[in-house]
Amino acid sequence: MAGVQVSNVSRSFGAHKALDHVSIDFPDGGFYALLGPSGSGKTTLLRQIAGFDFPDSGRIAIGGESVERVPVEKRRIGMVFQNYALFPNMSVADNVAFGLSVRGEAKATIATEVQRALDLVQLGKLGGRRPHQLSGGQRQRVALARAIVTKPRVLLLDEPLGALDKALRVDMQIELKRIQREIGITTIFVTHDQEEALTMSDRIGILRDGRLVQEGPPEEIYDRPQSEFAATFLGDANIFRGDATGHGIRLPDGMTIAAGSGPSLAAGTKASCAVRPERIQISTGNAKLDMGNANMLEGQVSKRIFAGNNSTYFVDRDGQTVKVIVQNTGAERLAEGQPVVLSWSPESTVLIAA
Amino acid sequence: MAEQLATGSRRGLRPALPLLLPAYLWLTVAIFLPLSAMVFFSFMTDLPLAGKEWSFTLGNYAAFFSQSLYLTLLLASLRLGLEVTLWCVVIGYPAAYVLAKVLKGRSREAIFLLVILPFWSNGLVRIFSWAMVLREGGILDITLNAVLPFKINIDLMYSYPAVIIGLVHSYVPYMVLTCYLTLQAIDDSLIEAGRSLGASRLQMLKRVIIPLSMPGLIAGAALIFVPVVGSFMEPRILGGRTGTFYGTVIEDQFVAVFNWPLGAALSFILLAVVLVILALAAPVLRRAG
Ligand SMILES: Nc1ncnc2c1ncn2[C@@H]1O[C@H](COP(=O)(O)OP(=O)(O)OP(=O)(O)O)[C@@H](O)[C@H]1O
Ligand SMILES: [Mg+2]
Repeated sequence: MAGVQVSNVSRSFGAHKALDHVSIDFPDGGFYALLGPSGSGKTTLLRQIAGFDFPDSGRIAIGGESVERVPVEKRRIGMVFQNYALFPNMSVADNVAFGLSVRGEAKATIATEVQRALDLVQLGKLGGRRPHQLSGGQRQRVALARAIVTKPRVLLLDEPLGALDKALRVDMQIELKRIQREIGITTIFVTHDQEEALTMSDRIGILRDGRLVQEGPPEEIYDRPQSEFAATFLGDANIFRGDATGHGIRLPDGMTIAAGSGPSLAAGTKASCAVRPERIQISTGNAKLDMGNANMLEGQVSKRIFAGNNSTYFVDRDGQTVKVIVQNTGAERLAEGQPVVLSWSPESTVLIAA
Repeated sequence: MAEQLATGSRRGLRPALPLLLPAYLWLTVAIFLPLSAMVFFSFMTDLPLAGKEWSFTLGNYAAFFSQSLYLTLLLASLRLGLEVTLWCVVIGYPAAYVLAKVLKGRSREAIFLLVILPFWSNGLVRIFSWAMVLREGGILDITLNAVLPFKINIDLMYSYPAVIIGLVHSYVPYMVLTCYLTLQAIDDSLIEAGRSLGASRLQMLKRVIIPLSMPGLIAGAALIFVPVVGSFMEPRILGGRTGTFYGTVIEDQFVAVFNWPLGAALSFILLAVVLVILALAAPVLRRAG
């Protein structure tokens, strides 16, 4: 096992910078999700770590050793591809055995290791099948077994669940997480599903246009995004824009919003505040407000979307639509057009430099 | 896969009939009828043309077995077919690999064009240009003497190697094309997956790439082996006196000796031998792939 250090890595294709001075420390044994929109450089970064492609500048180390001159086959990494890339001319067992047999392991060792790996992914009985006789989820698990049977130092997964339907995807998320914990392998997981990143990983790195936007534990990124992009890309957020007041912002109509966290900004500079929709309390004028809700805005319900256990209200105020998510507790529903008061605490508000 | 294809084609057969009809009509008229006539001829004592007497006989087939010359020539032709096929694999497969997996964009198109150029040139022109290159004091000699410090005289014309060179040049595009198609269908991520599992390039070639491109190799080999065994143009022009093969003997029966019945019988013996070889080779090759 080993951690991976990526320092100042850049990679251009022609004039296009696919990676622009990216530095990330992937901790030993951790589960790290790389998140970002399409074309942000996630696959490119993974390919630099795997050794399929080489950075123009910067340094990559696995287990503290620079891998600049180490070819793919010597890096001891396991890779799971989005399309699984199983060898169609081999049985499931031969696919899994491939990495061991090219290393010249003894037949008996290979047989036991392959069986153990197949048992781990709960495919113990399907070793004799061909890849085309398996379902998508089963293929994905064979690809995983094949990648981990050689005991790699790092496991690289490029959107491995992308092709699966929602229900199977959730099953596989749990399965993958269980296996990762069981063998304790450093895992780098590419996805553009933010929910997947939040639920599975110890740390998340958000990429945008080849640059690392923010990285850290999921809670930290969710609760304290450092940019509007991070706030809106990971989860949902209401963004209020105005002028910094020191500990919050002043909106164009003169209302102020207090923020409990964020950088200290000089008064008068452009700034914004991000608030998660589920942190906002919505009430009609005569209801009692929470004591801590120092931030308060008035508006009018423009739309309500019912989603079973919760409802989303869209509230118009001063040309802006604020999104509020409310648990359905059986309380009175607000009608469209009804005037309401929105309130939330400064602790739920993050100040972001423009 | 095979089962899927089988059920799929069975279901699809009825609506496909009108589409197949023109092809079958054409095959019937262009191949089946003349071939039947040839079968008929091969059992005759003489051609029924010019009012000559004729009767049915097995003598034409018996001739093959009574004279060892025919068998010797047939074996020589089979060896020629095998050697040319092997050279086509040796030259064509790497070329197909480079085309499919290494080159991209413009350079791929350019090289592709060069590979299929022989297809577009007339066979005779091709062979006679080889004659100019290979003969004593020809282009090959001139070039080598211009480069090398000592006098050299490679007279390849009218030799077995000249026949091989001419045939390989004519047939290698088939191998390149069939292998290119199967190689190109192999997903690059398979190769990357293999290498990430620790396989060297050579191991990938042996265990994944060659097995997956086996159908192309087999198709190419069949497309080359069969016509080369019966070839007569290249052996005659480039081989001279050494260029007597089974195919040239058959040609003689038709154009020089006018013994069509014997020519027809010899052709069908060749056809039978080739079919037996392909039938024997098929399961072995299928297992390899
Ligand atoms: N081999 C290449 N040649 C040219 N451009 C490339 C190459 N590989 C990637 N790119 C470009 O680099 C950028 C990043 O690509 P990358 O595949 O890393 O994106 P990604 O984040 O994985 O996106 P997705 O979520 O769609 O898979 C893209 O703009 C892409 O067009
Ligand atoms: Mg990608």
